Amino acid sequence: MGEVTRLTNLTTGGPVHVYVKDGRIMRITPLQLDESDGPSWTIEARGRTFTPPRRTTLSPYTVAHRSTIYSPKRILTPLKRVDFDSQGALDSTGPGGRNVRNRGLSAYEPISWDQALDMMAKEIVRLKRELGPAAILTCPGSHHLWGNLGYRYSALIRFMNLVGYTYAEHNPDSWEGWHWGGMHMWGNSHRLGMVEQYDLLEDGLKNTEMVVFWSADPESTSGGIYTAFESTPRRMWLKELGVKMVVIDPYFNHTAGLFGDKWFAPRLGTDVALGLAIAFTWLTEGTYDKDYVDTHTVGFAEWKDYVLGTTDGVPKTPEWAEVESGVPAREIRALAREWAGKKVMLAAGGQGGWGGACRSATGGEWARTMIALVAMQGLGKPGRNLWSTTHGVPCDTTLWFPGYSEGGISNDPSTASGFRLASRLWPDGPPPGNPQHSTEGQTVSRLRIPEAMMHEPHQWRGKGFCGSSIESQFQKYEYPAPGYNPVGMYFKYGGSFIGTMTETNRYVKAYREGQIQCVVNQSIWFEGEARFADIILPACTNFERWDIGEWASASGAGAHGVHQSNHRLIVLENKCIEPLGESKSDYEIFSLLAERLGLGRNYTEGCSDYDWVKRMFEASDLPTRISWEEFEKKGYYLVPAPTERKSTPALRWFAEDRQRDTPDIGPKVWDTVDRKGLQTTSGKIEFVSSSLTRFYKSGVTDPERPIMGPQYIPSWEGHRTEELLDKYPLQLVSPHPRFSMHTMGDSKDSWSNDVKDHRVLKGGHYYWIMRLNSKDAQERGVRDGDLLRAFNDRGEVILAAQVTERLAPGTVHCYESCSDYLPAGEPGYSADTAGCINILTPKRFLTPTSTGMAPNSCLIQVEKWEGPLAERSVS
Amino acid sequence: MKKWNLVIDVALCHDCNDCFLADKDEFVGNDFPPYSAAQPWSGHRWMNILRKERGQYPIVQVAYLPVPCMHCDEAPCLTADGAVYKREDGLVIIDPEKAQGRTEIVDTCPYGAIYLNEELQLPQKCTGCVHLLEEGWTETRCSQICPTGAITLVWASDEEMAARVETEGLEAYRAELGTRPRVYYKNLHRWTKVFVAGSVAYADTDECAEGATVTVSRDGAPAGAVVVQGAVNNYGEFLVDELEPGGEYEVTIEAPGYQAHSAAVCLEESVTMGLVMLIRG
Repeated sequence: MGEVTRLTNLTTGGPVHVYVKDGRIMRITPLQLDESDGPSWTIEARGRTFTPPRRTTLSPYTVAHRSTIYSPKRILTPLKRVDFDSQGALDSTGPGGRNVRNRGLSAYEPISWDQALDMMAKEIVRLKRELGPAAILTCPGSHHLWGNLGYRYSALIRFMNLVGYTYAEHNPDSWEGWHWGGMHMWGNSHRLGMVEQYDLLEDGLKNTEMVVFWSADPESTSGGIYTAFESTPRRMWLKELGVKMVVIDPYFNHTAGLFGDKWFAPRLGTDVALGLAIAFTWLTEGTYDKDYVDTHTVGFAEWKDYVLGTTDGVPKTPEWAEVESGVPAREIRALAREWAGKKVMLAAGGQGGWGGACRSATGGEWARTMIALVAMQGLGKPGRNLWSTTHGVPCDTTLWFPGYSEGGISNDPSTASGFRLASRLWPDGPPPGNPQHSTEGQTVSRLRIPEAMMHEPHQWRGKGFCGSSIESQFQKYEYPAPGYNPVGMYFKYGGSFIGTMTETNRYVKAYREGQIQCVVNQSIWFEGEARFADIILPACTNFERWDIGEWASASGAGAHGVHQSNHRLIVLENKCIEPLGESKSDYEIFSLLAERLGLGRNYTEGCSDYDWVKRMFEASDLPTRISWEEFEKKGYYLVPAPTERKSTPALRWFAEDRQRDTPDIGPKVWDTVDRKGLQTTSGKIEFVSSSLTRFYKSGVTDPERPIMGPQYIPSWEGHRTEELLDKYPLQLVSPHPRFSMHTMGDSKDSWSNDVKDHRVLKGGHYYWIMRLNSKDAQERGVRDGDLLRAFNDRGEVILAAQVTERLAPGTVHCYESCSDYLPAGEPGYSADTAGCINILTPKRFLTPTSTGMAPNSCLIQVEKWEGPLAERSVS
Repeated sequence: MKKWNLVIDVALCHDCNDCFLADKDEFVGNDFPPYSAAQPWSGHRWMNILRKERGQYPIVQVAYLPVPCMHCDEAPCLTADGAVYKREDGLVIIDPEKAQGRTEIVDTCPYGAIYLNEELQLPQKCTGCVHLLEEGWTETRCSQICPTGAITLVWASDEEMAARVETEGLEAYRAELGTRPRVYYKNLHRWTKVFVAGSVAYADTDECAEGATVTVSRDGAPAGAVVVQGAVNNYGEFLVDELEPGGEYEVTIEAPGYQAHSAAVCLEESVTMGLVMLIRG
């Protein structure tokens, strides 16, 4: 038996030490800091000294990572659908045909890498000759495996930029309402409508008296993002200091369970009504910050008239809000009064924004409501802010290390790469980008991939994450783009969309009924959309290749996200073991494919993955602190907490009418006036939006996106759509999952399957869970652990029931992001037994002009299901 | 001498499952002779997290009880032939060789903490990470990973531990079994006791009845019997906890200027009463 070696790696759920023995990973633990690492920060507040535990924490899916690395679902050789022949025409069937209508049904046969790559290269050449430069559609899943080289913006985009493509842009799925609504109230486009969080931990510990968690569950959703349970001790400190915690969420979530002093569960889609009634109470009782509103906002008088009902005859009283939300009026008044009497942090979503409420029909107005409420109580003054308790530890932001959205080795114009990375990685000039991945090429919204595959012409506004300016989200796009053919090949990469997008039987049908001649899926596991490919390329995990990254550092729209974790850690992602079977790193797959297309050197620059990691290290500021040799030996560098540092709490500069003094990356100087104020045209918080005013002036109206707001607009699929409600009386909330990260960590026969609150084993099958109130269960004869059929006009899903008191009657809860798809019958037309609840959610955009998703506006019915247990489909 | 103990705070567990999964990471596919053979890929719960909801919508709590092997000092699983033995440091170990085929050992544990490895026909359970402790680790995998500090590994003499039990209110789970567990729980009342909660408002103003008092007494108890008091908060809610389950109780709500309201409740489990409206007079 060999020695045990301990190596480092980094994941979306935290940094790890990996114990390797005899070429096999035997153990994965939290990365263990040692005494030679630099100091942790300390904060003095209310007579106490706070310093974080000298440890790192992990999300559950990272603790279970060994079971996904060695998953029985790993794809170990390239595969070809048995009845796929690339010589056939699109519609060809039978021997020698493409048989595209058999996608999702036919079995697979192993082929060699040479066969797979040759076939794919030939198809790329043929389709580009036939259809033109943007013939290949590509789209990665969200949150790929960590690492600046392997992350989706890097190796994939570098390859695609060389080959030419149509990129399906990710909609800002976690931001939606902030992006499409909030941005028009306070700017912050550089953060997609959310807000900076600098030094708010110190501010909170020193000054705050109450935290209102509104659509926020940091104990479930990685404490922000990527940082596991790093912020849990901070909430414990706040509790020890007597800070009260109120949680507003349709589900009695895990933050409420651990810390909540009071739980409010407004009916889904009515959070805005609740917010307006709080404002009404403040307005009528005179308990808001009038001076601040006068000096820091515009349009308040008009909005005040709306809230008081002067203009529309409907005073937004607590009694009015009770009818909408189900929350008793007296409790709304009690909340408004306590809020007005204390210094309050509003934890709206996971990171100064986000939250399931923003992914609903009223999402834009909800984000505006959150901003309105904090504005009325002096946003930016000591102890009063929009802060989710997950960000804003004291942090040395002066040491630069690129985050993943700086694009790694892609030098893509759509990434933040030009900021610093490109000039340092390529001092003699960077490789060419590709204008196709800009407003000049052909693009598709990820929410309309099925329509693109079906060759259905359509139009929309905004190209993915619209961070460059407020106005960029008004830009109009059409498919096919002028001068382009619709796409002919789909190169799918990473996690499946059947469990993450909306009305997702569309995604299934598009494979079988669409116009895509060749589908390639580069995947680690045989699951979800991989089951619909013609050719499957087996990729390996980040434990089987070299990479480098910083914990929780997204950069770009998540600038300085590193101040979520208690310690800044830059980690060498060691190749701990050889790739399993014949699987290869994404970088190697792209290198081999590029070589076949005559682009080998262009892709690799002669570098191995290890070489690139070293180049990335050299391009960063890290060599000023540690040598490569030392870094490689230790495997990580802890950026010491700053000793002499001026605290610059977020938006204090705004409250005090000063120039911004925080290290935020925006607003850009060209997008502000006189270098002061917010990005909005007035520089202030706008109850009457200047950007939406200009949008309307261009001839557009969008009744779900009013110029003056926030306004309460009943959901287009909710308790006021009575006809639909009669048929489908339950409102579905489908938050980001607790035990997986998008599709990462779910299924795959992983140990997470055995987590009681993640899946339920029944008849040899692990069912996804739906939670429902005991009254709804009783009415339907459903008992805990029974199987359920959840359905509406869009489809049906078989789930395991968890009967609970953590929901109001009438609301059901089911996490999104099932990674697999196992139809009981014909794909796209039968019940899914894997648990893709997104099959039921509406494809309708957030508002007609907001290209966002609104899965939390969804009506369904459930019934006890006693049909035959699921048969595993293709194996 | 110092011995192994585990202290688990029920109030701090929020079911993240890091401990359950870290246990799998340690033991699935890994043999640690002479202490343990590999745990099967799925099915075992060497750290078994139990869930109990307390009360009903809209006032609810959820308690989680992580249950590993209790490493009892009077462990019913111990065998005379050393197939299951007690170490000096307090840990109870199932010898993976001697216990092979001894499937009857599974049923000896009143806590259900022993699982059968069907392939090996071997009873298996939490080893207290004995192989790591012998390598010099100062944490078990579960205590190392626990993000809320709910699980703590404590090296202490039995006397020191007895003192902690006293001062910190630690308890054994199901102490009545008499097996003398080395796993202690803090805030175990969240699992073993019940609460009564409710909402109270003033009928005349429809405001939350902040400051009203709540008195909970055993129904039919003689005058002067033990009563528990609570207060209604600014949201009109009260919650009186740590009541013995199974009894008939009387809940009386009083506020100056209002008629007292009394109701009988049967607390087989925690109960959230409906809204109580106090009438002036």
